[in-house]
Amino acid sequence: MGLLDQRFENGNVFITSLDGLLNWARLSSLWQMQFGLACCAIEMMAASASNFDIMRFGVIPRATPRQVDVMFVAGTVTIKMASRIKRLYDQMSEPRYVISMGSCATCGGPYWEHGYHVLKGVDRVIPVDVYIPGCPPRPEALLEGIMKLQEKVRKESIVKKRA
Amino acid sequence: MTAQDIFDILKVKFSDALTEKKFDTVQPWVRIAPNKTKEICFFLRDDSAMQFDYLSCLSGMDYNNGTFGVVYHLTSIVHKHKIVLKTFCTKDNMHIQSVSAVWGTANWHEREAFDLYGIIFDEHPDLRRLLMPDDWEGHPLRKDYKVQEFYHGMKVPS
Repeated sequence: MGLLDQRFENGNVFITSLDGLLNWARLSSLWQMQFGLACCAIEMMAASASNFDIMRFGVIPRATPRQVDVMFVAGTVTIKMASRIKRLYDQMSEPRYVISMGSCATCGGPYWEHGYHVLKGVDRVIPVDVYIPGCPPRPEALLEGIMKLQEKVRKESIVKKRA
Repeated sequence: MTAQDIFDILKVKFSDALTEKKFDTVQPWVRIAPNKTKEICFFLRDDSAMQFDYLSCLSGMDYNNGTFGVVYHLTSIVHKHKIVLKTFCTKDNMHIQSVSAVWGTANWHEREAFDLYGIIFDEHPDLRRLLMPDDWEGHPLRKDYKVQEFYHGMKVPS
């Protein structure tokens, strides 16, 4: 509690809304499902390394869908892989989010016209929350995508149903 | 050995199977019969003067006139000589003898050619698709290929 340590005279009572507390907890620990499929995965790894340090956002890479909140689809989604992505997304527990990283995952990218083997956007099989443009996006772009997702989580409410 | 020398030795042994040749190119090639590939390749690998111990590449071809083919790039690491073999088949009869018993490399190369062109390699130990899903329709690198609209409910074309 470095930020709050010894800032208060006495007592340890905070007032906030339940939504605010829950959302703050959730957006500060967005555990990540690794889904590196192509060169975007290299940028995702760079974002995890010390220069960009994705963990300061509470993003921890996990290798199983059962422990994660957000899936980064980083790279070219081939049609063969699309059914695997769908299955892994179904295994994630709710609330769950998807970040589509790079042109390929977003719309097929350079394979848009002639790629018989590439799914033209991962949103054809799973819902996507944040799209990150770029080919591949720099790690900063991925960090901004995470911040966009955090904004989205911050506005959610357990009272209202998610759309 | 030059391509001409290799051809002369092959001509003595397999005169019926060699039908065409072209030596004034960057990579000289010899055309061989599709039902004799295994026999010729075994000879090229095992003969002490040839020793083609390395299959550099095996490519499928579609010549856009109903003719398909396979091109073999052979290299001898021992003798440092090279040769290209070509063999052809037609759309009605897509059978070519497998050389995967000669070079293990050919196993997956032939599976790829089967996957993308539909060339059937006789006597191949495991002729399944390599890149595309098993239940994919058609062979994508054929000139007359039309991509399917849907695959398991997913829209394929843009």
